[in-house]
Amino acid sequence: MAHAHAHGHKKRYTGIMDWITTVDHKKIGILYLFAGLLFFAIGGLEALFIRLQLAYPMNEVVSAQRFNELITMHGTTMLFLAALPILYGFFNYIIPLQIGARDVAFPFLNSLGFWTFFFGGILLNLGFITGDGLPDSGWTAYAPLATEYSPGTGMDLYSIGLQLSGIGTLLGGLNFVVTIVNMRAPGMTMMRMPLFVWTAFITSILIVFAFSALAVGLLMISFDRLFGGNFFNTAAGGNEILWQHIFWIFGHPEVYILVLPAFGILSEVIPTFSRKRLFGYTSMVFATSIIGFLGFMVWAHHMFTVGMGAVANTMFAVATMLIAVPTGIKIFNWIFTMWKGQVRFTTANLFAIGFIPSFTVGGVTGVMLAMAASDYVFHDTYFVVAHFHYVIVGGTVHGIFAALFYWFPKMFGRTLNETLGKITFWLLLIGFNLTFFIQHWLGVVGMPRRVYTYLDGQPGWNEMNFVSTIGAILMGVAVLLVVINIVITLMKPKNAPADPWEDGRTMEWAISSPPPEYNFKQTPLVRGLDAWWVEKRAGNKEMTPAEPVGPIHMPNGSILPFIMSIGLFIAGIGFMYDTLWAIIGGLAVLVICMILRSLIDDPGYHIEPEEIEGKGVKA
Amino acid sequence: MSHAHVEGNTIDHLERATLEGKNKILGFWIFLGAEMVIFGTLFAAHIGLRGELNGGVSGAEIFSLPIVAIMTALLLTSSMTSVMAIQAMHRHELKGVALWLGITVLLALGFLGLEIYEFVHYVHEYEFNIQQSPFSTTFYVLVGCHGTHVAIGIVWISLLIGQLFKKGLTVVTAPKVYVASLYWHFIDVVWVFIFTVVYLMGKVG
Amino acid sequence: MVKRWMKRLVPLMAMMVLFLTGCDFQLAGALAPKGPVAEKQLELILWSLIVMIFVLLVVFVLFFTAIFRFRRRRGQDNQIPEQIEGNHKLEATWTIIPIFLLFIMAVPTVALTFNLEEEAQAVEGQRVIKVVGKQFWWEFTYPEEGIVTAQEVYIPVGEKVVFELSSADVIHSFWVPQLAGKKDANPGSKTINYLYLQADEPGVYKGKCTELCGQSHALMDFKLIALEKDEYEAWVADMLLTAEVTAETQLGAELFNAKCLVCHAVDPGMSSVGPNLNGFADRMYIGGFIDNNAEKLAQWIKNPIGMKPGVTMPPFENELTTDEINEIVKYLQSLH
Repeated sequence: MAHAHAHGHKKRYTGIMDWITTVDHKKIGILYLFAGLLFFAIGGLEALFIRLQLAYPMNEVVSAQRFNELITMHGTTMLFLAALPILYGFFNYIIPLQIGARDVAFPFLNSLGFWTFFFGGILLNLGFITGDGLPDSGWTAYAPLATEYSPGTGMDLYSIGLQLSGIGTLLGGLNFVVTIVNMRAPGMTMMRMPLFVWTAFITSILIVFAFSALAVGLLMISFDRLFGGNFFNTAAGGNEILWQHIFWIFGHPEVYILVLPAFGILSEVIPTFSRKRLFGYTSMVFATSIIGFLGFMVWAHHMFTVGMGAVANTMFAVATMLIAVPTGIKIFNWIFTMWKGQVRFTTANLFAIGFIPSFTVGGVTGVMLAMAASDYVFHDTYFVVAHFHYVIVGGTVHGIFAALFYWFPKMFGRTLNETLGKITFWLLLIGFNLTFFIQHWLGVVGMPRRVYTYLDGQPGWNEMNFVSTIGAILMGVAVLLVVINIVITLMKPKNAPADPWEDGRTMEWAISSPPPEYNFKQTPLVRGLDAWWVEKRAGNKEMTPAEPVGPIHMPNGSILPFIMSIGLFIAGIGFMYDTLWAIIGGLAVLVICMILRSLIDDPGYHIEPEEIEGKGVKA
Repeated sequence: MSHAHVEGNTIDHLERATLEGKNKILGFWIFLGAEMVIFGTLFAAHIGLRGELNGGVSGAEIFSLPIVAIMTALLLTSSMTSVMAIQAMHRHELKGVALWLGITVLLALGFLGLEIYEFVHYVHEYEFNIQQSPFSTTFYVLVGCHGTHVAIGIVWISLLIGQLFKKGLTVVTAPKVYVASLYWHFIDVVWVFIFTVVYLMGKVG
Repeated sequence: MVKRWMKRLVPLMAMMVLFLTGCDFQLAGALAPKGPVAEKQLELILWSLIVMIFVLLVVFVLFFTAIFRFRRRRGQDNQIPEQIEGNHKLEATWTIIPIFLLFIMAVPTVALTFNLEEEAQAVEGQRVIKVVGKQFWWEFTYPEEGIVTAQEVYIPVGEKVVFELSSADVIHSFWVPQLAGKKDANPGSKTINYLYLQADEPGVYKGKCTELCGQSHALMDFKLIALEKDEYEAWVADMLLTAEVTAETQLGAELFNAKCLVCHAVDPGMSSVGPNLNGFADRMYIGGFIDNNAEKLAQWIKNPIGMKPGVTMPPFENELTTDEINEIVKYLQSLH
């Protein structure tokens, strides 16, 4: 296998410049993780204000307008700027390690993806700084509320900010697909990949197709808002239902994009802490693929009350119910992984295990919602809010915290505090059940979604909403504990071993914590599923190498992704405020950077064997 | 990433000779998948909304099939010339690659020029702009999106021709040429759909 | 047979649900159906709940058994448990049984969905009431009787009613929890919806908008009032009469015609930009949720936006004096 090698000079940046110009998947992973956690905190604060407003009837903590902005921002931030980026952080850091690669397929694109996501996120939140209005039509932005009936720049922040950060997500998804297909170490067939890699693979394919649909929808909203387009203008003959179709063709795969990685994380954590291989690996792979495929076939179950007719409604209802089958298979596979194993209750495993009952509750309400005629009752009420928070908090968030505690030592060289972690787990479990269980009831007795207040005197509403708010406060405390945990842990010395859980099964545990810049001194040879476990059982202290020691080719960092993202950011603001120089200037910056990138060849640099032997690998 | 010899048959297909090249090609196919969803969504919107004229003009009234036919001929030919360029690349003929790519660009410029003329004509003669109706909005966004892709392709391929003269045909430049030709074929296929769905079906009413 | 089972289990489930969430909470909304549509929908929900609780029990039992029985104990550090790849019998079981469970839920779902649709589309000879959602109130038109009213819709008890749903601005959604599930009220002429329901008991039923429609989405309440047939006829007749202007209300009527008539019709059959105020004195609420009395009415006229954010009605505190407003209030309170 030849590659183009010229002996380029390594541009070594330090400090902040290092982080801004890095193309190293590990550093980019950390950037995604912290940016995502930052937005998670912002989204959490928004949630707290929502619940504070709803703690009492006819409350006046925030105005109706501000409330609508809060619910819009809470949903948008959590889904696009927090959950997925945090998952991308783990994808970025861990996937190359698990497949025995030195980086992702397109390191430059990786950096570009991060910075466009980040600046898109800033653009979305700009309203907090400019005071010019925030998005307020719900994260689903139904037209014509989101177009004709939201004058001002608030919803432009949504359509343009989300467009920008969506580009970043798309680039990331593309990167992971090519990485997983092309860059696995010798011996790693598809059916020897860790399940986390499988779920990342399917998720990334979903992202490539789903986010493209969203991009078009957002473009249409922008055209209607900024250029007098008529896509959703009913007076001119446009059709507001078109937006719903396009949005949900994105929106339904989106929720599988959020939960499949959590499935993958569970499939790593539970086997490790049960000292047993994953039960039913093959069916897990198939189940993941089926969920990914079916995920594109069910979008209109969000539109049962739109009036599409009984034929459409029942078809989508049945298709939606079918997804419960592969999902159920997974739940049973995890339980039976633990069966006859030796289950150790570390914080990571507590979160992984806690996922199982919590997500299942969310899953069963999902089946109830899938039944179209029942959904006529449930739709747009707090029953739906309860359902999706059970699957997102009980599912994705549990997966994220499991991953955080599991892979923190690998990424940062120190293990998070277990005591604090366990308190966090119990606080979150109690808090989130308190917040959301009661909302099932609230929905069916008549409380709609997205209401900034409710009238006094409705039986039970005051008490139920109050209890829900208490739960939210507990959740806030739990998240605060995580932040504190991270801060105090990062102040401790870096002394974690390569395999701190002692029962690591996959290849990231074969190299030091954190790994060296080049990950693997020599590309490893994979001799079976759970490649590192196989080596350990054979009595080896390191992975069997697939190549001799030699110079390692590394890519150089680049400032261009950062600048390109700023260019797009400026152009976005230009579109919003109708400022021609900003539009032209911003786009010009983008185009010039792209041309520079294409014209100037950067062959990277080499790490010579002498440097490698010197660094060594901690056992 | 270790050193190894360039294998025999990679000399014919420079673009696949390195891991970076293979990654670029696979990555680009994935990108084209995303583009298919993008255009597919735009087509769906157009088909759904093209009957809504809001008192304005219809496609049957304003489309000039002769001009569209010329544009189609130009673009289809340019796709063929890009194939010739790849074949020249596989024969390691740098001058051939540059020549055929150059003709591709010229044909594309012809296409784009006619399309710009077409849009300007519609706006002047019929006030057929984005704001007129759902039909006009979907027309301009769909066909305009395609035209933008053509414009980007023109700039891209022109810059590639320059790079080829400066750096020659190497394992670094070959994947770029290959990927650009993939892009060009895709643009061409999308145009076939536009020609059929927007213009032909629009003319028939 | 399934139906009999369901009828026996339904009250049991209802009681269980009560138990689960505390004795203080009354059954309300969709859990207290008062018409055939809501009843059938609740039956379907409870059926699915029973099946899903069964699933939860199975999962929970297996789960808690796994984590308790197989937790790591002292002295196990050097033993590696058997690495079990899978078990085809088990995997087949938990694939096939869920499919069966889905089947027994899907069949009644498909049946009810089609049934509801057919009933809603069978418009001929049916009483159809046109509903138009506007930011943030509801307009009701009775084409046969020639009545246009707002915020309160009257129907006869025991008769099927079909609502034709549309919107004048953004997407709203029409929901009377005790009588039926909801359906969206869409803007544009191509997306009109039909919803059918029936009230089996007389009463005042709460109605809510259930699609985010702007600032006062939360306050876009309406009431559906079911009356026995003869009382309903009396209401219709009453609505067709316009209130007479007396000496008491003369000034108020003149002020009303000058300032308010441009948006608010009082003619029984006229639609207007704002709610038709014919019969306003008999309405329970101002703006859908504010108690209808003189004090609140005066406050509303002065500054409606202060009481209901985002409404289109402008404030009149700078255009009318307090006395003038009180005169208008007197007039409005005479509109029976």
